[in-house]
Amino acid sequence: MSEPRILLDPTGERRPARRARAPRLPDLKGRTIGLLDISKARGDVFLDRLEQRLGEAGAKVERFRKPTFTRVAPVDLRQEIATRCDAVIEALAD
Amino acid sequence: MRGLPDGILAFVKRDCPTCTLVAPVLAELAARGVPLTVYTQDDPDFPPGVSARVDDRALERSWRLGIEAVPTLVRVESGKELERIVGWVREEWEAFTGQPGLGRGLPAYRPGCGSRSVEPGVAEQLAVRFGAARLRARRIELAEQEDAWESAWERGWSDGLPVVPPTPGRVLAMLEGTRRAPDEVVGVIPPDLVECSVEKVAINAVLAGCKPEYLPVVLAAVEAACRDAFCMHGLLATTWFSGPMIVVNGPVRRAIGMNAGVNALGQGNRANATIGRALQLVIRNVGGGKPGGVDRATLGQPGKYTFCFAEDEEGSPWEPLSVERGFAPGVSTVTLFAAGGVQGILDQLSRTPESLAASFAACLRTVTHPKFPVATDAFLVVSPEHARVFREAGWSKARLRQELAGRLLLDGKEIVRGAGGIAEGFPESFAGAQLPKFRAGGLQIVHAGGRAGLFSAIIPGWPASGPLGSDPVSVEVRA
Repeated sequence: MSEPRILLDPTGERRPARRARAPRLPDLKGRTIGLLDISKARGDVFLDRLEQRLGEAGAKVERFRKPTFTRVAPVDLRQEIATRCDAVIEALAD
Repeated sequence: MRGLPDGILAFVKRDCPTCTLVAPVLAELAARGVPLTVYTQDDPDFPPGVSARVDDRALERSWRLGIEAVPTLVRVESGKELERIVGWVREEWEAFTGQPGLGRGLPAYRPGCGSRSVEPGVAEQLAVRFGAARLRARRIELAEQEDAWESAWERGWSDGLPVVPPTPGRVLAMLEGTRRAPDEVVGVIPPDLVECSVEKVAINAVLAGCKPEYLPVVLAAVEAACRDAFCMHGLLATTWFSGPMIVVNGPVRRAIGMNAGVNALGQGNRANATIGRALQLVIRNVGGGKPGGVDRATLGQPGKYTFCFAEDEEGSPWEPLSVERGFAPGVSTVTLFAAGGVQGILDQLSRTPESLAASFAACLRTVTHPKFPVATDAFLVVSPEHARVFREAGWSKARLRQELAGRLLLDGKEIVRGAGGIAEGFPESFAGAQLPKFRAGGLQIVHAGGRAGLFSAIIPGWPASGPLGSDPVSVEVRA
């Protein structure tokens, strides 16, 4: 048998869309910053400290929490963060 | 290719003695005005005396109609096949054509010969020539000097071991293993959340080295991996060791020659080895889940190349896993589990079920960490020599599980931080509690292995077991 010359692509053949980054915030004063806890141990320790620092810089902080770290954040939660916040910080942990 | 002409279609080849024998009958039918079209596979001048002759040396019509032997008569009405007969049986031909007195002087019966379209080597070529159009995957043409094996590796399609180049011929042959349409969606594969068709699964099954008859098992495994309860995305992304393990139950195990006996969890059986690998390759290639990318395992484990075995149901003292999980006996299933590496249990002296259960419990306590309750599920694979102890004592699986649960209540004082001189552990507030090692339904028990060896195995799960992480998922294997 001669060597095969055509192969079928086993991949998802995905072509990711390129999107521009959201504009960076010039400063934190009066901005609403979301803090997303992914529900891993001690993530709250890190986020508590961030909340304190952001408060000192004049930002308003909103806290959010994923139901479990093992799954991506539910659409509703992402939507809520996007509508209520100017920026978001997602905390890993362990 | 145009549609089928109405009337009677005859498929013949001169090389076939039965076709030569019935050539005068075909001429007679044409002469009597029967609407007959003859497709001739080797000689366009055969049979003589028939004007409506079609040259089918390219075998396209024969292939499309799935002709297996010649002569074959096919009745077509409004472009659709109604019925067919094969070979020469005078009475059948007379009834089929509505013409009495056919082939006087010929023997009443002669079997046909094989159709040229099913000759070895030819069938595969025809499938590629005429069947490849139904495939949707991107076709990649290799340069003349490009090596197919190396090229598959360089394109990132491999887990590190050689893969079988997925040529259209091999993929079409693989698709023969299922009745499901190539474009049917099997599931949405994490992490890229790409819809995965039966065809894409088949391509990856080719890469993995599967035979077509394994494909239904691979499809069921992919389906199970995509269920939300299995949490494949998180399982892939975790820093922990786990990957998907497949346990196969039911008649399909024997039908495709799976191993549930000697070295059941090890290497050497093609079905066990390639089915598990095919699932991993689907996640890698279709879902885009690769080590160092979304797969963040600190160490991983060798079962992430492939981890698939069959339960030894015939030799088991207990009901199969599939039946325990709600499927009828005789139904083939896959059960997926978020598995870490295999941990052996040695007990060569226990002759009573109580003693052996105590051994199992002592070893099971170490899953993840001896001080960790509830978090991690496990599979206990009981080997035949250990199972014999329970069979002879009349212990059901439920009895064994109950006994293990009783011995696996962890004392809070022993699991809190600092206990045993070990910093790891639970907060001090748990000191007064008693906690089960496994959550309800968190310990599965199956039977497999060779007949010699007083060893069993623990396959620990993922510390994120249960609703917040991964639950075992069972799916029926469909043809």
